[in-house]
Amino acid sequence: MTAEDWIEACAAADIDDEDVIRFDHGDRTFAIYRNAKNQYFATDGFCTHERVHLANGLVMGNLIECPKHNGRFDITTGEAKRAPACEKLNTYPVKVEAGKVYIRID
Amino acid sequence: MAESGMVIIGAGEAGARAAVELRARGWPGTITIVGEEKWGPYERPPLSKRQLLADDEQTPVHILREEMLVEHNIRLLTGRPAVHIDRSGHFVEVADGSRLRYERLLLATGARPRKLPIAGPVGEKLIYLRTFDDALNLRPRLAAGRRIAVIGGGFIGLEVAATAVERGCAVTLIEIGPRILMRAVPSEIAALMEARHRAAGVTFKLGAGLERIAETADGFELLLADQTVVRCDEVVIGIGAVPETTLAAECGLEIENGVKADERLATSDPAIFAAGDCCSFPHVRYGGRRIRLEAWRNAQDQGIHAAGNMLGANEPYRAIPWFWSDQYDLTLQVAGLPEFGVSTAVRELGGSAKLMFHLEEDGTLAAVSGIGPSSAIAKAVRIGEKLVERRASIDAVRLADPGVKLKSLL
Repeated sequence: MTAEDWIEACAAADIDDEDVIRFDHGDRTFAIYRNAKNQYFATDGFCTHERVHLANGLVMGNLIECPKHNGRFDITTGEAKRAPACEKLNTYPVKVEAGKVYIRID
Repeated sequence: MAESGMVIIGAGEAGARAAVELRARGWPGTITIVGEEKWGPYERPPLSKRQLLADDEQTPVHILREEMLVEHNIRLLTGRPAVHIDRSGHFVEVADGSRLRYERLLLATGARPRKLPIAGPVGEKLIYLRTFDDALNLRPRLAAGRRIAVIGGGFIGLEVAATAVERGCAVTLIEIGPRILMRAVPSEIAALMEARHRAAGVTFKLGAGLERIAETADGFELLLADQTVVRCDEVVIGIGAVPETTLAAECGLEIENGVKADERLATSDPAIFAAGDCCSFPHVRYGGRRIRLEAWRNAQDQGIHAAGNMLGANEPYRAIPWFWSDQYDLTLQVAGLPEFGVSTAVRELGGSAKLMFHLEEDGTLAAVSGIGPSSAIAKAVRIGEKLVERRASIDAVRLADPGVKLKSLL
């Protein structure tokens, strides 16, 4: 791994406590989360059920809820937690350095 | 007749979710879904939107894929309607002559489009949209340049209008009421949606009764009550839906704007439950007001809930009514029952985005409605729904102030 593998996504302060924002990179879209314990996570941006931006959904604890059909995922593992979501979300490593959030996309 | 089990009449959202939930809660016996359509349970929301645009989609989006049916050991009988319920014998008779014995029965029969009272050959050429096959029928008719008349300014009519415009059709929408979305949506929000349609080129005829539809050499001629004439190539009807209660009525279950259920979704026969569009029930959050909902989420939640009670959970259904409608780049959402509000706090979000909080006499939040891009309102309406659920009482000034984070009010 080299330093270039990390992509600067946003400022750490851009994401509210227990919230999520959308991050587009190239032709891909991601969701970057901050939980109430000030930890950051990243997953694919679209729900695995339909092409709906998860960043418009609500974060509750470590769960993100899809704004359209209320499918839920664990933001730390990507695991589907409530129907109609049944397929896991891809997750991506995140680090916060000097007030910036970086994600590593494979 | 085979072993007695759980039988579900209706292979839609509610029926499918109930079947999976019955198994998830450990029901060890048979689970059978009986459906009239040739397709297994599928998602209906895309029918009026994406699936009218995507020419290559030849199959619906299935809710229970083959591997799920196998995994949960659910028996799915499609293409054969249930024709009779024998309550004393505890069995359902299916059109193919077979009989299904039930321990508990779920009616998830849905609703069917309300028909215009026009008989004869013209009546048969009018288009309704309820099933995937209806969508397949409508799709090629929405070709660029064609003139489409939509009768009815409810969600189906408006979503079809938006999709038809997107495909390049010339759309006239005819609504007998003074405005669109009379039944379910506050007028300020309906006005923003109407403006969006007008900007896209839809022509509205509001307060316009329909006198007559005649077939012409190249399509149809609609005569309105004020004697104006609308000429078009196709007529799409979206004037509401009627709960499908035929079987329930025939076997003597109580009917009241749908199959009459109690707050646990049990019908007047304790072995028979109801869920989804066909079911009317008293809502515990709204003083026991009897309501019936035609909404995707309600069908899902009631299916799941009824399954629990079929197994003896004995819990009242408490979910707050919620629905959405996507038209163009806007989403419209309502959580709760706005008619229970006596005053309103409006939060302007800029552009055409707006939230309305509907407050009861004592200041508790009865409902939240919103319109705008999904990114502007979806989270807010979801938070609002939680506040409605908690019977939160919140100062109207704070609700109206975009500077106050809604999440901080939870």
